[in-house]
Amino acid sequence: MKKRMILRFKRNTIDKPVVYGLVKNYNLVVNILRANISPKAESMMVVEIEGRESDFERGMDYLRGLNIGTEPIEQDINRDEQKCVHCGICTSVCAPEALYIPDRNTMRVEFDYQRCVACELCVKVCPVKAMSVSFD
Amino acid sequence: MKTIEEINAKIKKKKVVVVTAEEMIEIARSKGTKKAAQHVDVVTTGTFGPMCGSGMFINVGHSKPRIKIGGGKCYLNDVPVYCGLAAVDIYIGATASPDNDPRNTVYPGAFKYGGGHVIEDFISGKPIRLEATAYGTDCYPKKRIETFINKETVNEAYIYNPRNGYQNYNVAVNLSKRVIHTYMGVLKPNLGSANYCSAGQLSPLLNDPKYRTIGIGTRLFLAGGVGYVAWNGTQHNPSALRGPDGIPRAGAGTLAVVGDAKQMSGDFIKGASFIGYGATIFVGLGIPIPILDEEMAYFTSRSDEDFWAQVVDYGQDYPERIPKSLCEVNYAQLKSGKIDVKGKEVPTFPISSYSKAKEIASILKEWISSGRFLLTNPVEHLPGVESGIKMNTLEERTIEEVAY
Ligand code: SF4
Ligand code: SF4
Repeated sequence: MKKRMILRFKRNTIDKPVVYGLVKNYNLVVNILRANISPKAESMMVVEIEGRESDFERGMDYLRGLNIGTEPIEQDINRDEQKCVHCGICTSVCAPEALYIPDRNTMRVEFDYQRCVACELCVKVCPVKAMSVSFD
Repeated sequence: MKTIEEINAKIKKKKVVVVTAEEMIEIARSKGTKKAAQHVDVVTTGTFGPMCGSGMFINVGHSKPRIKIGGGKCYLNDVPVYCGLAAVDIYIGATASPDNDPRNTVYPGAFKYGGGHVIEDFISGKPIRLEATAYGTDCYPKKRIETFINKETVNEAYIYNPRNGYQNYNVAVNLSKRVIHTYMGVLKPNLGSANYCSAGQLSPLLNDPKYRTIGIGTRLFLAGGVGYVAWNGTQHNPSALRGPDGIPRAGAGTLAVVGDAKQMSGDFIKGASFIGYGATIFVGLGIPIPILDEEMAYFTSRSDEDFWAQVVDYGQDYPERIPKSLCEVNYAQLKSGKIDVKGKEVPTFPISSYSKAKEIASILKEWISSGRFLLTNPVEHLPGVESGIKMNTLEERTIEEVAY
């Protein structure tokens, strides 16, 4: 199974090598999609975790034991390729650059699902409603 | 020197040399403008952006008994349409919103469905619900009708856009301290983003900056069908700031265009919702430019770095109509993803689709090279710099101030 999670760290937990822990002790593949680490305030990390269901549950227990908040990202953001006109408006609100313009000659807007943190700003801003949220 | 007639003769024989405005840049770079003018007959342009000055006339046909929608009220999919015309002629404007749309009462409003969406749905062949009420007359007794129409059931349906194809446009930034929602998109506070809206080197009127070939009657690509320039657009402002070679460095000329909606395609005209601003429509427009001489080869081969635009604050200056430019930037800088404004690096974002503009220029190129589409001489030229036309403003006046 594969799941995307938001991990929230209290100020005193950012020094724990949690990714190492998840990989080494629970056999999970951890892909960090976005990290916002700050020594002063709460930090957060969006990760995609792949592994066996039971390992995943144990891994999450391990994180909670360290006082790290775990929330699944339940929304999925999709782009309707038929509707998208490649105007680029969404790129102005997408902080993790999941919607971005890699080629400045064609100016086509690409959507990298891996980087998306499901903030839904593009859903509100896209003038032709090409971006949509779906729930698991 | 070439004439339109000579170019059309070549189109008919399928011997015409037609390239897009992007390709023309390369040709002129390698051959020089003189040789490019001899070699190339036509340059195609394109643009696809939100254009609020758009709408569609429909003659819906007569009901039995007859109803006089003219002077009454009428809605298409709950969006109000203009009825101050003959009995069954209506006009639906792109920015119309349903009466019960919350608009910006819950800020920023979503404007989910409006006139632009009705136009797109109609052009895509979907059924549209029509509801009309009238006062009833001896010749038009019916007072109310609720029915469905589509593009097959109506008589004429034609797009008539009073202002499209702006020749250049502002780059919008926000110097205020809050996020603002504008027709130029969402603008981050404290100069956090810059949004621009032009196809730059592919833009129709930027490729014919002095309106030498684009004029009244010019045949063009409109939303997937064939259309024509009907008139200059509203707010046509030939006297806008121009560079030494005559290329506008700010919003200048505009076009009123007309075309048969039944020929158009929902791929090139799309209803749009601008959060916090309103409903509108994306329109695809493409215009062929005959390369009559070296000057036209020069203009059509200008590239993004030759086209400049003014950076304007939409936090205060624009809403207060303060005519102020923070600085000038060119489209190559805008397309690179960042510009420098007063020493600050500001990320840039497009709101018109360059990739659709490219597609339109290529389709028009194909239409011309396959002999399907002939060029036109303008019936009349658009007012140019020599006309001295300037923009008037709406002041709050007393009757004495305007009485002769
Ligand atoms: S705003 Fe919507 S239509 Fe425009 S590029 Fe993004 S997803 Fe596509
Ligand atoms: S929801 Fe949209 S704006 Fe937010 S991260 Fe995903 S793609 Fe970007």
